[in-house]
Amino acid sequence: MLDYLKLAMLGLVTVFAAIAANYGLDAAYKLHAWIIMAVSGGLFLWQLRRTGEPAVAVPTGEYMDGPVRAAAIATAFWGVVGFLAGVFIAFQLAFPALNFEWAQGYANFGRLRPLHTSAVIFAFGGNALIAASFYIVQRTSAVRMWGGNLSWFVFWGYQLFIVLAATGYLMGSTQGQEYAEPEWYVDLWLTVVWVAFLLVYLGTILKRKEPHIYVANWFLLSFIVTVALLHVVNNMSIPVSIWGSRSVQVFSGVQNAMTQWWYGHNAVGFFLTAGFLGMMYYFIPKQAERPVYSYKLSIIHFWALIFLYIWAGPHHLHYTALPDWASTLGMVFSVILWMPSWGGMINGLMTLQGAWDKLRTDPILRMMVTSLAFYGMSTFEGPMMSIRAVNSLSHYTDWTIGHVHSGALGWNGLVTFGMLYYLFPRLWHTKLYSLRAVSWHFWLATVGIVLYAASMWVTGIMEGLMWREVDAQGFLVNSFADTVEAKFPMYVVRGLGGIMFLSGALIMAWNLWMTVRSAGQKPSSDLVPAE
Amino acid sequence: MTDQPQHPEEQVLQEGDPDTTGHSWDGIKEFNNPLPRWWLWCFYLTIIWGVAYTVLYPAWPGISGATAGVLGYSTRAEVAEEIERFEALNADLRTQLTEVELANVTRQEAPELYNFALQAGAATFTTWCSQCHGEGAAGVQAAGYPNLLDDDWLWGGSLEDIQMTIAHGIRNEDDPDARWSEMTAFEGILSDEEIAQVVNYAMALSDVDGDGANAANHAYDTTLASAGENVFLDNCAACHGDAGDGDRFLGAPNLTDAIWLYGGSAEAVEETVRHSRFGVMPAWSGRLSEAEVNATALYVHSLGGGE
Repeated sequence: MLDYLKLAMLGLVTVFAAIAANYGLDAAYKLHAWIIMAVSGGLFLWQLRRTGEPAVAVPTGEYMDGPVRAAAIATAFWGVVGFLAGVFIAFQLAFPALNFEWAQGYANFGRLRPLHTSAVIFAFGGNALIAASFYIVQRTSAVRMWGGNLSWFVFWGYQLFIVLAATGYLMGSTQGQEYAEPEWYVDLWLTVVWVAFLLVYLGTILKRKEPHIYVANWFLLSFIVTVALLHVVNNMSIPVSIWGSRSVQVFSGVQNAMTQWWYGHNAVGFFLTAGFLGMMYYFIPKQAERPVYSYKLSIIHFWALIFLYIWAGPHHLHYTALPDWASTLGMVFSVILWMPSWGGMINGLMTLQGAWDKLRTDPILRMMVTSLAFYGMSTFEGPMMSIRAVNSLSHYTDWTIGHVHSGALGWNGLVTFGMLYYLFPRLWHTKLYSLRAVSWHFWLATVGIVLYAASMWVTGIMEGLMWREVDAQGFLVNSFADTVEAKFPMYVVRGLGGIMFLSGALIMAWNLWMTVRSAGQKPSSDLVPAE
Repeated sequence: MTDQPQHPEEQVLQEGDPDTTGHSWDGIKEFNNPLPRWWLWCFYLTIIWGVAYTVLYPAWPGISGATAGVLGYSTRAEVAEEIERFEALNADLRTQLTEVELANVTRQEAPELYNFALQAGAATFTTWCSQCHGEGAAGVQAAGYPNLLDDDWLWGGSLEDIQMTIAHGIRNEDDPDARWSEMTAFEGILSDEEIAQVVNYAMALSDVDGDGANAANHAYDTTLASAGENVFLDNCAACHGDAGDGDRFLGAPNLTDAIWLYGGSAEAVEETVRHSRFGVMPAWSGRLSEAEVNATALYVHSLGGGE
């Protein structure tokens, strides 16, 4: 019965997409209709061939690692894509001639910038979080993932979202909200995928065989739940036409700005912080082979973190049309957030007590620990930059760019690389191909991040000082073009840092590829009974 | 291996380890360590600071407004105060700038006002004019943005002329006093042959040294050029003058010098002859104060080419 329902759904979607491709008002919408028609049509045929066939017995007593493997591969793939886009747009800023005339409207900075941010945050980070969630929730609950093939739907549905978002950006389909650029139908699709993600995750936790829920799962669950809330509220919009990609936001003016940065800041807070802390809480104790430092600390900092983070958004809107009271509250909550953020760093670092010597021999652990150092640094920098007086200097400058990159490259990047190095050998039942290559990756990435962050501090503070410089009679001393000219050397250094980080990631991709190849035949982790 | 679920690798405790909570997930245990004291105290301190800050500054929203804070702070008031301070500081000089004869504002006669005008003019220029004319006012050659450093003026280089141009702009729809002229697009009026002739003639006008290339060093065809003289005199001389040295009253460029606003190549000149050009400059009198317009005029005049 379910099979026929699926067939009917897929058939309907295919027909609708064909109609949409015909009536589409803009190129991006038409392309998306074609993609959806091809995907749902293909799935229809695939489903048709399976329908009526005897069901394959599902090995219920084993972990379901297929989607984890797929998401781990996708993490490495999208990571390389996202870093490459980042390096390219970094050089576009240094050398504007790279905004090629023949590629205007597709590959100029304005189109590629959201492609870079979304590829790194949502494609690289998102797949890393899917892999981590699916892997961790099964192990720490000691049960197979709930929902059968629903987790496959989550994985492939998420990849479809990435493709729709990325092609949309290149073709100019955007609602113009930072980190929430995809248009209405892409948002709707992500909502469906995310609800499925939540169901799989909750279902697995509910049928767990452990009496308690492990701390990593608190963080991962808070990530999934809060991102659903943020996504739905910030993307409330009314399509101009059902046959076009354009939509109009429900909120307007300062309300829209506030909603956007409530979303934007908590994308950092719950996607890039809470989610990755969940990852950290599993993989660091595993890799260090030491117990978590303090259960009490994990409870207190978890609740403090998720309670405080959600209020910190207004610090993105200091000195704007936002009322002063909201701006004050955003700043105060951001500063109070400092210690709860550091709780995660302390718990991670102190877990190494009794295992510090491993840092000498284990580059994977070194990567994870360095990620915590960068986490600590950017979660100190963040509250500091949220202070109104500091923000009046740092806002709109490259300091902000340096701040997010020390977080994204240093914390999210390194901890994810550590996770991938941990996961690949275990998922494919083999040994990591080369530890030396991990060491190379570690140093390339770390030096790259230092170059990136340091050049952006210098250029950001310089730019802020130049913008505000007035002479004795109150006249501005510098023009905007002066600051752009002065930033050039630092832009080149930043690009070089990016090249180093990208090279490290390419070494990783090669290393992981060789690891999988050395595993030989079909991986067998599914065949190990869970309980 | 650690991922074999039925035998998860239990973490082995070391000697001197604190107690654990007794739980274990996939082999991971948790120590029962207390919260680090320094961490806890810093956390308390930030909370206390936060409460105090929200008392001092506008913070808590109510039904019809928010608490204003004990200090009475407001970001808008802060900016207004700063602007006011400089306004008061410069009020005198500003008024003078709108009242005096600009020609009298010189380094010798009114040093203080002159200095103020140059500072104000430079600041205004970097903010509003540099986008087209460039940070150093050298323009963008061959793109239609004139260089303001030289003595080649389309509409005049005296203080009054410059002031007029800044205040009302060129060929814009917003200001009835904008400077206005429009070159004819000769495509369809002249034959292709005539166009080729007049293009080469126009290039020859600036060939001072007679080397077969114009002053911007683009070679031209001498035969076509000499055939172009009549075409020029019949069609172009009305504005550009018989000698081709232009007419500032009409904004018609001097064609005998080395400066080519849209480039001096045969292609660029032909483009101009066929399709004409229509460089626009906005009127600034609405956006800038009279004092700012005057200051900018003095600044531009001081750059080197002022007459």
